[in-house]
Order: sequence, then C-alpha cells, then structure tokens
Amino acid sequence: MNAAIAPTVEPTAARRTSRSARHRPAWRRGAALAGLVVLGVWIVIALTLPWWSPHGPRDVVGPRLRPPGRHAWMGTDALGRDVLIRTLWGARTSLPVAVIVIAGAVLLGCLIGAVAGAAGGLTDAVLMRLVDITMAFPPVLLAMAITASRGPGIGNALMAMVLVWWPIYARLLRSQIVAVRHREFVESATAVGASPLLTLRRYILPMSFTPVLVNASMDLGQVVMLTAALSFIGLGARPPSPEWGAMITEGATNFYQWWIALCPGLAIVTVVLACNFVGDALRDTFDVRDTFE
Amino acid sequence: MIRYLARRVAVMPLLLLGTASMVFVVSRATSGNPLVSIVGARNLNNPVIVAAAKQRWGLDRSLPVQYGRFMINLLRGDLGTSFSTRRPVLRDLWDRLPATLELTIAALVLGSAVGILLGVLAARHRNRALDHGARAVGLLGSSLPAFWLGMLLLYLLYSRLGWVQGPNRLNARVRPPTRLTGFFTVDSLLHGQWSLLWQACMHLVLPATVLAWGVVGIVSRLVRASLLEELSSEYVRVARAMGLRERTVVATHALRNALLPTITIVAFAFAYLITNAVLVEKVFSWPGVGSYAVEAARQLDYPAVAGVTLLGGLAFLLTNLVSDIAYTMADPRIQLS
Repeated sequence: MNAAIAPTVEPTAARRTSRSARHRPAWRRGAALAGLVVLGVWIVIALTLPWWSPHGPRDVVGPRLRPPGRHAWMGTDALGRDVLIRTLWGARTSLPVAVIVIAGAVLLGCLIGAVAGAAGGLTDAVLMRLVDITMAFPPVLLAMAITASRGPGIGNALMAMVLVWWPIYARLLRSQIVAVRHREFVESATAVGASPLLTLRRYILPMSFTPVLVNASMDLGQVVMLTAALSFIGLGARPPSPEWGAMITEGATNFYQWWIALCPGLAIVTVVLACNFVGDALRDTFDVRDTFE
Repeated sequence: MIRYLARRVAVMPLLLLGTASMVFVVSRATSGNPLVSIVGARNLNNPVIVAAAKQRWGLDRSLPVQYGRFMINLLRGDLGTSFSTRRPVLRDLWDRLPATLELTIAALVLGSAVGILLGVLAARHRNRALDHGARAVGLLGSSLPAFWLGMLLLYLLYSRLGWVQGPNRLNARVRPPTRLTGFFTVDSLLHGQWSLLWQACMHLVLPATVLAWGVVGIVSRLVRASLLEELSSEYVRVARAMGLRERTVVATHALRNALLPTITIVAFAFAYLITNAVLVEKVFSWPGVGSYAVEAARQLDYPAVAGVTLLGGLAFLLTNLVSDIAYTMADPRIQLS
C-alpha cells in the first residue's frame, strides 16, 4: 500500500509521445471504460436509492437466513433482511467515507508537503521525518490503534484513515516541488518578482495535479477496503448499519449461510477493481511513472 | 559501503524513538476511558477503586511523566501489562509471534514463487494470452479483501469439500509439538512427528494461500518489467548470438539479474503480509499477533495495542533496512554515496 509513492511527471514532450504511442492492448482500454461505468453505476445507486429501493436497509422482508431465491435475490440475513438491498444501501456509507478520507488526506498531505517543499531547511526535515515515522507503521495497525484509542465508530475510523493516509500525498507533493523548483520557468517567475506563494500556486501546483489525481483514484479502492476491514474487526460502522465490512462480520457469525457475506464482498471487489482500472488508465494517459512499472 | 551501512544503522535509534513516541501519543490521545476496561463499567462510580486503579497503572501522573516512564520501560524491554490478559505484553507477543511468522513466511515464500513464475511467463509471452492472464491473476489478488476471501474459501474448501483443515493451527485437543522454534511445522519435523507435520501443513495452507495471493501481483509485475529490460540488453543479445537456447538465456543469464530488484519488493511484500495477517488471522482464529491486536483494539487494551503497533513499526523498519542492505550487497553495480 505504501511503497509506490514517488511518481513524478515527465514533462518532456518527446517522452510523452513515445509513451502514448506505446502499444496498449484493447482490453486495457476496455477495462478502463468498464471501471468508469462500474463506478458511475455505484454513484447513481448511492444517490438515487431512496427513490426506488423496494425496502429500507433495516426492513425485515421475509424468513430469516433464507438462501438466494425469488423473494430475495441474494438471500436474507439473520434478521430476515434482504442482503442485496442492504448491500446497495451500503454504498451510501462506503463511497462517501472513501471520498472524504481521500479528500482529507489529499488536503492535509498536500498542505504539509507544500510547506515542507517550499520552506526547506529545518521545517522540511522535521515534517519529512514525521512522514517517515507515520509511514513506518503498517496502515491497518496504525488505523486500528488510533480508532481504538478514540473509540469505535465510523467517524473515528474516518479520522484515523486520514491520519494514516496523508503522508503519501505529502511526500508526493514535496517531491514534485523539489523536482521543478530549479527549472527555468519557476526561476524566471521568481526573477520577475512573483512571490513564493504566487509561484507555488500558479506554476508549481498545476504541475503536481496529475500525479495526485492518479494516486487518489487508485487509493480510493484501497480506502474502501480499509474501511471494510476496520468495520469487520468491529472498529468502524456497527452491525445494524448496512456497511459492507460490518455485513461481512454478520456473515462470519452465520458462517454456514455463505450468501450473507458474498454480496457485500463482491461490492467491495467491483469498486476496488474499477478504481484500479481507472487509475491505471489515468496513469498511462498522463504519463505518470511509478516505481513498479 | 561500510560508511553507508553505518549511516543506515545509525539513524535506526532515531526512527525507533520516533515510532515509540508516535505509539505513546496515539495510545494516550484517548477519548474513551481506559478505566472502563480495567475496573469495569460498574465500578467507575466507586472513587476508591478508580483511584487505586489509576495509581496501579500510573494514570494519575502527568503526561510528560508518563512519557518518560514509557520510554524508560521500553529501554528495559518492558511493554507494560495487558489490561485484559493481566500478563506482560512482551510475554504475550513472544508467545504469539511464531504463529504469525510461520504464516507470513509461508505466504511470502509461496507468493514470491508464484509471482516470479508468473512474471517470467508473462515476459516470455509478452502481450499474449498468458501475459494478460498473469496480470489478471495478480490484479485480482490485490483487489479481493483478504478477510472476505478467506471466509469464503474456508467455507468452500473446509466445510463443503473437506480438502483442507479448519481454523486454528492444529485440530482441537491436539497437543502441539514441544516448542523449539514455535513454528509447528518445523518443530514437528524436528521431533519426527509426521502426522502432526501433515496436520499443521493442512491448517497452514489455506490462510497462507489467501495471504500470498495479495503479493503475487506486485512480484510478478516487477519480475516481468525487469526481465523484459534485461532481455533487451547487450549481453543477452550476445548470448543469443552465440546460439544458446532461449531457455538457457532466460534461466541462467537474464533472470539472475532481473531478480535483483525483487529483493526490495520482498520487503514491501512482507510489510503488506504483516498488515493483512491481522485480518486473515482473525478469520482463521490463528493464535498469532494479529488476532491479539484485534482483541486488544476491541477491548481498548491500550498497553497491548501500543505493544502490537510498536512491533509492527519495528518489523517494517527492520525489513526495509535488511532489504536495502541485501540489495546493495547483491548488486555490485550500485554506487553508494
């Protein structure tokens, strides 16, 4: 999760053409499109569900623990609630949480990264050591520790994930700033009297936009997975709420009724795969290298 | 070389101090009341019991004093006493560490082997069905939530088909082998207890596979990329021009160089495995550090949470250090500055 953190944009025109002319098999373009469609469908479902859902997420619709069938396509859970309907409602928790976590991490990380890159010297050193130390922990463990000490709940889990995730973006933005700081267009801006803030805002930040976007689109899926993981171990959303991880926990307590956990898990997989495909396509399009490619 | 190594090792204490401080901050920045888990909710209104508990666990002191004590105790190797098991956290971790290591090492070996194999196949059959297939396998592995996959496979392969053994490290009421290394597979092998060895393996195979699948993608992609790079280099052309078979060129010439960068990825993979082991252990009731961490977090057992987090950070730092050193020693072309 934490290693592919130093992508940089290669602004040279020659490299860009050679890269985009590279052979890209049709299925990968198709995958990116499919990813966009899947994400779009999930977003539409999350936004419009209250108007067309036949039941609410907590409505009892039939007998308990009924396997998939005509009355409930993906079966019913231990309280007789429709698993498929609950999974769809789960999108209204999982997706906003993931978006907020990424937005928070990007904002906090970019702010700190910009300060570090622009200030340099001691400030830079101190902030980057903070980044190193935060990234020295396995993300799940640190998020668990923070959530545990703040008390279980989706709000605290959200905060914990922001605190675990920001260093990636701090490091990213700082490396961008350091990379372009001594390029001619930045130095000429400084030479004609642009203030550091203006230089940063107008000439440096736009350059950093794409790698941040590429990273964020890939991380979105990872955050959905981490949210589910925290809920699964009982630190995120609590069972009555239709959150995917919490639903998988209910599936674990009713181990032999496999359909209870199947549906929310599939939901997570579709979102994660879609984010990976879209992020992959963005990376190719914008020519962002990461360490594995 | 020596100077580089010395510097890498020299910053370790600083990083350790940093991680320890971070753990302290996280475990004390609590809004939940740790006293609830010590004395129970019912006794919270009893001032005598609360005061005694505070004094017993050092919670009546100021934060700087607590920090100082925390650090001094750490230096002595004292991670505090778990609120819930009432045993020293270090003892708990020591007892449970072999289970986690056995699982993660098995997964690491399995994941690297499959990943390298898929990477080589993908590079040999670039942009053909095998390449795409290998990519799909890897991508799927990193996109499936390990805890969910583990649950479903446990249901399918254990409950329905009976191909593997169920949760935990051994069957119920089976005596584990006498502890030498704490690895049940190794210990039963050393004692010559063959049926026990078989049983331990059958318990290990499923959680290890679930964990391993997550790292197959990273390893295979890296091996593929670096093997392709080697295959387009001069010495490979020379080898081919001399008339060596393609199999020999790949296996004895290109692959050896292509595998060098995987040393760095293995450390990353190990870190990933530690992370996911937490969740997989929970699913498989594996009595390791991960399930200990989950229980501690749920019961707001701060010393235990702090201990596990510290151990995780330590493992991360050490694997990074070791892989960096191994990489620089394995590849003489690397210039150290």
